[in-house]
Amino acid sequence: MDSQSIATTPEELESSGLPHAHDHPAFMRHHFEDIGQQREAASFGMWVFLLTEVMFFGGLFCAYLIFRNWYHPAFVAGSNTLDITLGTTNTAVLIGSSFTMAMAVYSAEMRRKGQLILFLVLTIVLGSVFLGIKAVEYHQKYVDHHIPGMNFSIQEFVHPTNPKAIPLAPDMAEKTQLYFFLYFAMTGMHALHMIIGIGMLFFLVARASKGAFTAGHVMPIENFGLYWHFVDIVWIFLFPLLYLISRYR
Amino acid sequence: MTEKTKQTHQDAEVHIVRPPVYLAIFAALMVLTALTTGISFIDLGVFNAVIALAIACVKASLVVLFFMHIHYSSRLLKLTVAAGLFTFMLLISLTMTDYISRAWGMF
Repeated sequence: MDSQSIATTPEELESSGLPHAHDHPAFMRHHFEDIGQQREAASFGMWVFLLTEVMFFGGLFCAYLIFRNWYHPAFVAGSNTLDITLGTTNTAVLIGSSFTMAMAVYSAEMRRKGQLILFLVLTIVLGSVFLGIKAVEYHQKYVDHHIPGMNFSIQEFVHPTNPKAIPLAPDMAEKTQLYFFLYFAMTGMHALHMIIGIGMLFFLVARASKGAFTAGHVMPIENFGLYWHFVDIVWIFLFPLLYLISRYR
Repeated sequence: MTEKTKQTHQDAEVHIVRPPVYLAIFAALMVLTALTTGISFIDLGVFNAVIALAIACVKASLVVLFFMHIHYSSRLLKLTVAAGLFTFMLLISLTMTDYISRAWGMF
């Protein structure tokens, strides 16, 4: 019997006691020529998945572009209710988490178990800080009645408290709901990706502590790294579009 | 499969990016974040959006090339990324040809 069909991880193979006479590491699948080809195939598959994600977020970005053009004053007014300090802090936190994830990939390549676990945990911590700050921002929107469909109030846009703000006519002020709808849809989908990512990080930490990725089998860490960096890139575009490009001066 | 081909394949495929590279990219991303936030407080008209998106594109390129190792990857992966972004730009452009030919206001 092919032992690969039973033992899917190096630890399982070792404990299974099955004879394995082949001249290759346990994590290499039989349908690949060599480890290099296996890694290339895995990276290629991950990138194709990430491209479908580009198309998914791309649709939201396209909607934002068109509606921003149609209802520009409403989008400017909506954008200025966001907290630029929290937004910038979150950008720095997320870039930091991408850095720790990149270092986790390096640690796995160097086969340093302790260091790998440390950087994976740091990535979890920074990712959680990002979500925490996002929760504070969402709560502020709730307090301000700026969640579309939930007692939404146009008061702030018709009679602005900010002296720099230009008051909007009630029909244009209603269109700020569209800005906030896209704001919640885009940052919400981004946050969902981060929640899924953090869940997977816990799984990876558990497997890493058993030494699964520090004996040459770097692919799962590498591919998760690609996913995490992709989520970072989405935020790199969300941040200027939602927070920056229409500040009152 | 001989031992020799196996060795060459493994050597050719894996390129381990060193921490100094990651640190330099991290620093560059932080500087660009500070820069884009700073510029957003200066009134440049339409160029606020242009500059902010240009900086975002530079940041995204740094992440793709170095954090995601595309700079060191095979031609297959480089072509995959390029083909995907090209298709994405194509879809956005075709959508925009419709909207831009009707009424185009402000951005």
